[in-house]
Amino acid sequence: MSPEPIEGETDPTPVRHHILSVLVENKAGVLARIAGLFARRGFNIYSLAVAPAEGHARFSRVTIVVDAQSAPLEQIVEQLGKLVNVVAITDLAPRDATERELLLATLSVDDSNRATVLDVTANTGASIVDVNGASVTVMLAGTPGACDRLERELERFNDVAIQRTGRVALPRLDQTAMAKTEEKV
Amino acid sequence: MELTGAQALIKSLEREGVETIFGLPGGAILPVYDPILDSSIRHILVRHEQGAGHMAEGYALATGKPGVAMVTSGPGATNIVTPIANAHMDSTPLVVITGQVATASIGSDAFQECDITGITMGITKHNFLIQSVHEIPRVVASAFYLATTGRPGPVLIDLPKDIAQSTMEWWYPETIEELDLPGYRPEIALDEDAVALAAELIAQSERPVLYVGGGTLKSRATAQLLAFAERTKMPVVTTLMARGAFPDSHDQHLGMPGMHGTYSAVTAIQKSDLLISLGARFDDRVTGRPSAFATGAKVIHVDIDPAEFNKVRRVDVALQTNVATALTALDDLGATPLNLDVWWKEIRTWQEQFPLFYEEPTAEGPLRPQHVIEAIAQSASPGTIVSAGVGQHQMWASQHWQFEEPGTWVNSGGAGTMGFGVPAAIGAKVGRPDRTVWCIDGDGCFQMTAQELVTARAEGIPIKVAILNNAYLGMVRQWQEMFYEERYSEVYLSADLPDYVKWAEAMGCVGLRATNLKEMHEVIARANEINDVPVVIDFRTDSREKVFPMVPSGASNDDIMVHPLQRGGGQ
Repeated sequence: MSPEPIEGETDPTPVRHHILSVLVENKAGVLARIAGLFARRGFNIYSLAVAPAEGHARFSRVTIVVDAQSAPLEQIVEQLGKLVNVVAITDLAPRDATERELLLATLSVDDSNRATVLDVTANTGASIVDVNGASVTVMLAGTPGACDRLERELERFNDVAIQRTGRVALPRLDQTAMAKTEEKV
Repeated sequence: MELTGAQALIKSLEREGVETIFGLPGGAILPVYDPILDSSIRHILVRHEQGAGHMAEGYALATGKPGVAMVTSGPGATNIVTPIANAHMDSTPLVVITGQVATASIGSDAFQECDITGITMGITKHNFLIQSVHEIPRVVASAFYLATTGRPGPVLIDLPKDIAQSTMEWWYPETIEELDLPGYRPEIALDEDAVALAAELIAQSERPVLYVGGGTLKSRATAQLLAFAERTKMPVVTTLMARGAFPDSHDQHLGMPGMHGTYSAVTAIQKSDLLISLGARFDDRVTGRPSAFATGAKVIHVDIDPAEFNKVRRVDVALQTNVATALTALDDLGATPLNLDVWWKEIRTWQEQFPLFYEEPTAEGPLRPQHVIEAIAQSASPGTIVSAGVGQHQMWASQHWQFEEPGTWVNSGGAGTMGFGVPAAIGAKVGRPDRTVWCIDGDGCFQMTAQELVTARAEGIPIKVAILNNAYLGMVRQWQEMFYEERYSEVYLSADLPDYVKWAEAMGCVGLRATNLKEMHEVIARANEINDVPVVIDFRTDSREKVFPMVPSGASNDDIMVHPLQRGGGQ
């Protein structure tokens, strides 16, 4: 059974999105192989994040949020599994995963909006990580939903530059047994 | 023992049991051509790199062994892209070695540089850009392991020139573990529950069909197939990629399914209650409109590649294994359908009502292409290997040649590569020199790769080529006639330009021509007497002849069109 979503952390991402946590050999061109596969099979990538896995130099973990309406999830997983450099694929339904994403935003501030910026920052749990006379950079590390909310809040300001990382995810601890790990066969 | 990278590459190929390389040298691959002089491996010098790739494919399809091709960087590499794509579509084991510019020049737009690993990423099972001379043995061993296990396919090795020239201490991986492929596990344990479920579906079936695909040949399961079919009495259809997997002469064989399949094969699938797919992939040329394909059938899908399950057709039981293992497991459970007498009675009616049909030719010509193929087949020695290009002639060859054993049909299925026939026949003949090899070709296809007959003559590879010369790109003409109101756009080629007899002679082959029945029999007899040089025959065939039966593209298989003279009753 699935736990109730944590208050304030409901994921607004539609269910058609699925998270694939893909362990790959850290070899030249692996990302191109994955991206190329998605492109030629018409699978849509919603976001993608890559970093070395568990301190290995040998493996990387690629977290891909896929649009499961662009193709059946089974096809995406099986085609991905055929890439020789892909070692394991974990398919995480959004509610079985702990997901986080990082958002950075730079916006112009002056006396007319400084108070509002500080309010928004405080209310969304973001923090200010860089300042100069005319601009601030705010940062939020949170759920994709929290990042969405901050992004909406920031719409009211002018000259906003926003960069999100795309989500990273691991199986929720109490749900590990329910996550379906597709060991490569 | 210290070797150069080039020597290590050739020695690695020798270790993998390679007997023949099809290739053409150039700047970046030059270092590797030097140790070939000292190697036991036979190198066949082609006239165009595409020829090398298709020869390697023909070799692989006729022998079951991986085909090997070697070309230089840049245009050499891009010229072999078509055969690589072709092998990828048809799961043909191929190892292609390309030269690459020196490591330091990669990315600088150097002379004859191209990103061939990038280009072939989507059309290889895997590819390698060698980064260090020490990894050459591991990469070569991995390439052969990948190409030949699981679902076979093409693997490309890109070798920078400086790495070929540097030196290494010779070693060779002795075990699969040493290949270091943590993400590649081609075989998994058989799912016993799924086998039991499959046996249950079989036991409830009254109208089963064994839908045999190329995977049956790839897994060398033809003996198991014959035994299983004969024990269960099920009807068998063999796809274009599986011709020869089950004897055409066998009375349980209904022929080829699909767009140009026999009426009985297509209709038996449509009316079946159980389809047992053995290494087939529900290609659109077989299914017609997928939503109308065998709507009453449950599906047992045997495939080594799990990505094929539920890709086109939702399956009831998926057996992820090779065909031989699956059939043995089903036999062990004694899986047997219900009494099939009623089913067979129905099938026999279709066979009698709508056999393959064409109008008899008149004595003075033009020749009927189907009749030419049957005449060649009747006078061919048993076990003759047949290759084809792509188009009408290919369909007629598949329909009208009697295939009795594996490895006797060499053709381009998934990719539909025109020009495949001549070089593939050469490769097949190199792999099986004991066999007669006929290429049934079209005039359009022949013009695409005919230059490889120079290779055949120079290397002493005596193939026989039958050009079914209808002066048109025949299959396109057929579609324009049937679906574009006879508006013929850019399909006329002329029967006389080029002069195929003179062209053949210029390439050192015997050139013959037949325009009527008497000449047809004479030139076939003459061709059968010539076993030292290639023979090319220009058969003048009727341009209006069309391939039937036909399921129009996107139509339901229920709407199969038989030959016009067979229509009017019962269809």
